[in-house]
Amino acid sequence: MTDKKIKNRVLVAKPGLDGHDRGAKIIARALRDNEFEVIYTGIRQSPEEIVATAIQEDVAVIGLSSLSGAHLRLFPAVVEELKKEGAQDIRVLGGGIIPEDDIEVLLNAGIEAVFTPGAPLSDIIDAFSKACDDFYGRS
Amino acid sequence: MSKDVRITEWEEKELAKSISRFPERKDTFKNHGNEEIPRISFPENIDDSYVEDLGFPGRYPFTRGVQPTMYRGRLWTMRQYAGFSTAVETNNRFRYLLDQGTTGLSIAFDLPTQIGYDSDDSMSAGEVGKVGVAIDSLADMEVLFEGIPLDKISTSMTINAPAAVLLAMYIALGEKQGVSADKLKGTIQNDVLKEYVARGTYIFPPKPSLRIITDIFQYCSQNMPSFNTISISGYHIREAGSTAVEEIAFTLANACTYVQSAIDAGLEIDTFAKRLAFFFNASSNILEEVAKFRAARRLWARIMKDKFGAKNPASQMMRFHTQTAGNTLTAQQVDNNIVRVTIQALSAVLGGTQSLHTNSKDEALGLPTEDSVRTALRTQQIIAHESGAADTIDPLAGSYYIEALTDKIEKQAVELMEEVEKEGGVVAAIEKGFIQRQIESSAYEYQTEIESKERIIVGVNQFKVDEELKPPVLKIDPAVEDNQVKGLKKLRENRNNEKVAETLAALKDAADGDGNLMPPILAAVREYATLGEICNVLRGIFGEYRYRG
Repeated sequence: MTDKKIKNRVLVAKPGLDGHDRGAKIIARALRDNEFEVIYTGIRQSPEEIVATAIQEDVAVIGLSSLSGAHLRLFPAVVEELKKEGAQDIRVLGGGIIPEDDIEVLLNAGIEAVFTPGAPLSDIIDAFSKACDDFYGRS
Repeated sequence: MSKDVRITEWEEKELAKSISRFPERKDTFKNHGNEEIPRISFPENIDDSYVEDLGFPGRYPFTRGVQPTMYRGRLWTMRQYAGFSTAVETNNRFRYLLDQGTTGLSIAFDLPTQIGYDSDDSMSAGEVGKVGVAIDSLADMEVLFEGIPLDKISTSMTINAPAAVLLAMYIALGEKQGVSADKLKGTIQNDVLKEYVARGTYIFPPKPSLRIITDIFQYCSQNMPSFNTISISGYHIREAGSTAVEEIAFTLANACTYVQSAIDAGLEIDTFAKRLAFFFNASSNILEEVAKFRAARRLWARIMKDKFGAKNPASQMMRFHTQTAGNTLTAQQVDNNIVRVTIQALSAVLGGTQSLHTNSKDEALGLPTEDSVRTALRTQQIIAHESGAADTIDPLAGSYYIEALTDKIEKQAVELMEEVEKEGGVVAAIEKGFIQRQIESSAYEYQTEIESKERIIVGVNQFKVDEELKPPVLKIDPAVEDNQVKGLKKLRENRNNEKVAETLAALKDAADGDGNLMPPILAAVREYATLGEICNVLRGIFGEYRYRG
């Protein structure tokens, strides 16, 4: 039970120029209500800025949100940047308006799970929990 | 019983004048049983409180509509927001929409364009041509409107922080087509205040943003009498999760801020107020939405008359565009979205909108296909021609529920606007995060209701099916970005770069001083200065807004 005391620390981030942050803010708040420590980047973040914040804030998971159709470019760019910075153990989740065909591309690029409109908050929170457990080495 | 003298007076004044200028669509409107459908219905007794709160269409306080004949005279403008990929592709979609019977164009720009970056800017990576068309310079506008004469259409542009630049490009395009600025019809969104709280495409801090907006008001009042200089938008506030009351309150508070800053700059209210337009969201609670539209119209008329002393009825009337609520579309059982859009569109028509965009069923999945866009347009055409809702004016007036709700929404909106005032006005309330927090709380509450199934969303948290093959969506070829960047490079090689530098220097001087920014921006776009170059000059003088939440 002792390892449970490590609080799940996660980053919710908006890559690119998309300003639709309703979903990102709701997820940030729902995670906080579920005892996560959450940092929200705000809008218009480059992949480099997101990774720099993730490392500086020592998070276990990054949740990316994009509704502008730029996910195929920006989500994998975050994964690549994590590798470049030697922080590939940080897990990456994604969500937004993401066509079905693109989901597999993102999963293959190292995004652990992808959520689309209508996904229950409980599923998203579970995915963050699981990714945190993996990161912190809890079973 | 004889007709009330006040009805007769309205018929002889506003109504007769309107009909003599624009006859109604039909000589008589009839049902299937050959019975005549009345133009408008009134209570048996017209008392003072009726006149004060509801009155007559086309007359203060405009609760029952802004025109005396409403849709019996002319249907609302069916204006489908469209734009993706390159100017060539979007030009094709525009021509398709015009062929299918849309009556106005509405340009969706990509995010780099909306935030004032050229397509080759590092900030633009991955976003070029995605949520709209990429426009870097006048050259792209020329392609976008190829074969579409500007004197035959009206064009709405969803552009905010760089609105002055796109407006200047539209003027320059008109010049090339031989259409002078005073003949141009359309709307620029130009509503930056809501970008800080909801939509996110701001560039400059509030103060210089308000200056640019006021410059546009002034320039258009002298040169473009038929152009709507702003579309003050609740749409995105609602999409961000606000309630109906918050949508109205924050939008009208923003509107008051624009009006006040124009007055402070020395503009006379009745010279610019008639070109202010509004833009609202139509969500699924049909009765609440109808009441919301009516309340907004009445409240604006009262504010313009009592607070700002507007005398011209055209300054007091709220004309608005409506779009159905994108956030209510579900990725599950997408055909259900057609039904949602129908209910929402009907609320806008029953609420008296001037123009309408209906969303396509597949927009929770990605960009809409041509087929789904057509069904969305057909939805409006069915409401217009088959439902009967357009044949009689303000048909829900006098419903106990609708009138009580209209009163309540107006009252609650006034109270919330007073709270914004107490925070020090809109700009201070934005900087303190007051407005953002209100919207976020409402959004979170709505979502938790869905999670707990207190609120049922059909196909999402009840009546689910094992899906279901997702329908195809429109994909943007990644080559679009490279091609756009190549085109831009060529433009920079072929234009007169000396002239470009000269006009940009003149713009810098104007921005540093206090002259109107429209003429120097127009001079620069005529020389094919790019959107990014122009915005970068302004960034250099005005700085960039950063929200420290």
